[in-house]
Amino acid sequence: MTTWTDYLLTDSPESRRQAKLGQIYRKWLAFPRNPLAMVGLGIIVALLLVAAFAPLIATADPLAQNLDRRLLPPSGANFFGTDSLGRDIFSRIVYGTRVTLVIVLLVVVTVGPIGLLIGAASGYLGGWVDRLLMRMTDVFLAFPRLVLALAFVAALGPGLENAVIAIAITAWPPYARVARAETLIIRQQDYIAAIRLQGASQWRIVWKHVVPMCLPSLIVRTTLDMAGIILIAAGLGFLGLGAQPPIPEWGAMISAGREQIFDQWWVATFPGLAICVVALGFNLLGDGLRDVMDAR
Amino acid sequence: MTSVAQSQSPVRRRSWGETAGRWAKIASRELSTVAITIFGLLLITFFIARVIPIDPVLAVVGDNARPETYEAARIELGLDKPLWQQFAVYVGKVFTGDLGRSVLTSNTVVDDIKRVFPATLELATLGTLIGCVLGIPLGVLAAVYQGRWPDQVARVIGLFGYSIPVFWLGLMGLLLFYAKLGWVGGPGRAGVAFQDLITPITGILVIDAAIEGDWEAFRDAWSHLILPSAVLGILSVAYISRMTRSFMITELQQQYVIAARVKGLSEFRVVWRHAMHNAFVPLVTVIAVSYMHLLEGSVLTETIFAWPGLGRYLTHSLLNADMNAVLGGTLVIGAVFIAVNLLSDILGRLVDPRTR
Amino acid sequence: MSVIEQPLLELDNLHVDFHTPTGIVQAVRGLSFTLGRERLGIVGESGSGKSMTGRAILDLIPHPGEVRADAMRYRGQDLLTMDKRARRKLRGRHISMVMQDPKFSLNPVRTVGDQIAEAYRVHHKASAREAKQRSLAMLEQVQIREPARVYELYPHEVSGGMGQRVMIAMMLIAEPDILIADEPTSALDVTVQLQILKILDDLVTQRGMGLIFISHDLHLVQSFCDRVIVMYGGKAMETLPAAELADESARARRHPYTLGLLGCLPDLDHPRETLATLNRDPAWLA
Repeated sequence: MTTWTDYLLTDSPESRRQAKLGQIYRKWLAFPRNPLAMVGLGIIVALLLVAAFAPLIATADPLAQNLDRRLLPPSGANFFGTDSLGRDIFSRIVYGTRVTLVIVLLVVVTVGPIGLLIGAASGYLGGWVDRLLMRMTDVFLAFPRLVLALAFVAALGPGLENAVIAIAITAWPPYARVARAETLIIRQQDYIAAIRLQGASQWRIVWKHVVPMCLPSLIVRTTLDMAGIILIAAGLGFLGLGAQPPIPEWGAMISAGREQIFDQWWVATFPGLAICVVALGFNLLGDGLRDVMDAR
Repeated sequence: MTSVAQSQSPVRRRSWGETAGRWAKIASRELSTVAITIFGLLLITFFIARVIPIDPVLAVVGDNARPETYEAARIELGLDKPLWQQFAVYVGKVFTGDLGRSVLTSNTVVDDIKRVFPATLELATLGTLIGCVLGIPLGVLAAVYQGRWPDQVARVIGLFGYSIPVFWLGLMGLLLFYAKLGWVGGPGRAGVAFQDLITPITGILVIDAAIEGDWEAFRDAWSHLILPSAVLGILSVAYISRMTRSFMITELQQQYVIAARVKGLSEFRVVWRHAMHNAFVPLVTVIAVSYMHLLEGSVLTETIFAWPGLGRYLTHSLLNADMNAVLGGTLVIGAVFIAVNLLSDILGRLVDPRTR
Repeated sequence: MSVIEQPLLELDNLHVDFHTPTGIVQAVRGLSFTLGRERLGIVGESGSGKSMTGRAILDLIPHPGEVRADAMRYRGQDLLTMDKRARRKLRGRHISMVMQDPKFSLNPVRTVGDQIAEAYRVHHKASAREAKQRSLAMLEQVQIREPARVYELYPHEVSGGMGQRVMIAMMLIAEPDILIADEPTSALDVTVQLQILKILDDLVTQRGMGLIFISHDLHLVQSFCDRVIVMYGGKAMETLPAAELADESARARRHPYTLGLLGCLPDLDHPRETLATLNRDPAWLA
């Protein structure tokens, strides 16, 4: 099966899309030379594996309370110690990967398409549509993201779903910006003009030709944004506005360990480390991807 | 680029009238942007207020009120009117400085915010200062040694800054520097012995203590201030250093940098006097944005450090469903965002002779 | 050129290599020349290594470039063994360079006067006042009519021609012996080009400096310089007195590349239907 590598590495691409995909593939081949990005990729793969095999990795039931074994320091039995209800912190962190992934995925799944569509429509249609949509984007960007999310959660009520909705409402504007900028470049291209001459409808052009071209930069943007989403979700969890107990959400776990921080440091420390590592993984990967995608 | 017309009048300098006219045009454009943004801000807070599942009427009359009382209260609160009228009333109130009363403190929200805001300002300002003092040199270093190890180190530091949850960093800071090492004061703005000792003048404790000449109180306030500011500062180091790096890389490739080297200037002077001077123009906006991030970051940091600022006021009200206070606080933070934005735009123009 | 006097600059077998991930790029490969108090032209297409030669003399080859040579001397001082700091002290004070486009070569956020005075103060212990006096005098020498007013202007407020005069003032204020002029008039209007060349010529002659005039414009070099080096692919194809370029009788002795360059130029006296294109022989680079 070398046909698709041939397709990608050909010297004479037949469409702009093939050329661009080929370009990306060549960059992908160069990607392993960036050690930091590879570390990031490794972290993300590990995160996915841990989430998938959580029951096998965890040493205990993350929800099982054992009041006789409260606040035990890290040991061979409890790698990261136990919390104030005697639950095994290591197992809770392992299961917490699932919560984190669910939040991140839900936000991305809602935000990506919304941002893409608003941006692509704004950039392609131009005129008053562009002005209106971009003005809206500016207003949202003028707001501090966390504060706005807080206000929304306060109105909607605490909980995982509401936290996701609140983060999504505050997260789409940068995506729209990126998509619009890309679209503005793409719509100038001759092949778009050719498609228009063939009588394609505007929506078809946006959906079939403009949107796919915006995807690479949006993927980079998304990877870089993941860390931000994780941090905001953790912040909401920390304030008691995100996932509710007893769900093992890392931010809420830090909050639970706050009282004992001076005496039982491990309760708050390990969930925080988990957040750091995962956020760093996404940042390293996104940073590497950006280097690869940008010519600079 | 040079046209014949240009070479015939070799000196082009704007007259005073032209400059004033240009500034008037810029000002009117900026002001209309600000007006629209403020309008959007109000629309969002109003929308949030309307979608809350809590019935504001019940909050006034209580759960067991008779239907007639309920109806009367509803009319008194203006909830029977169409939405746009309610919005108009809301906007009118905001512009006359009426953000309602906080259920929690039973003060007006405006009074509350006036009380707590200086503490947040103090924190965010020092945090930004720390961010600049560390972040700008780090970014410049990374740009000068682009692709070599100082650049990689700066990159990793930057990415770490983007990856650490601020509230956790605060906790770790308290654990290490307060509990274990005892280098700094604990949570709160002042030690027990110094509580309410200083009469507020500016509301910013370190400045007030300095004005009164109470150096012990100053030292105490400083020891409480430094850790939360440093925690915020680390966040902005990441952002400021990365942006500085990217601006400096652009500037260092410019021809005038080579010209400066040809003149025989030292590399230090070439980098800091010539390239940095140019990179500073876009950096003004970055510093403003980072200041806004820190105002935002203070929401979580203040919770950790029991810092009596706007952030803690906001979260406190939030957890007690004190919506007037929440929306008031949100609105004020939004307004500060807009103001800082505007200020950075103007400052950026003043720093650059081409747009002056 | 007097024979007794030591040459200002001696270059023997100069190489400039760039080590890139895809291999070594040789920008200059084995260039040798000496410069006295004369006007030496270096002509060639873009990429022929003429600009890199200038940069190498000034020790301004960017990373990851590497300069090698058998000998490189300024007035007998060995430049190859000299440390970075000493090389820097030579820049501006002894060897200077006028660059192509004043629009980009002047720092946009500092006044013109400030930048000229700075060039003086790096090399001479002088008060701010004295440096300003010097700068105003220098502006007058490059025929700027209202030096005091121009002194306060920012680069975007002056025209291209005036910008280039400022550039010349800035680069000559420390009184160097060698000036490298790298396409000094290419970015300017044709009407201004001659004025700038005249100013440059006057100053170089007056001060008895050595000039290295880098250009792609054969006609210009021919009329402006004493000697010409024709470069291609980082090598000198030939070195000849400028006067011989126009000399029809000496054609037979010319290198084919030089003839090629000459053939590419339109000539008003002998108009032709089609202009010749350049033939490039890989053997020249062997």
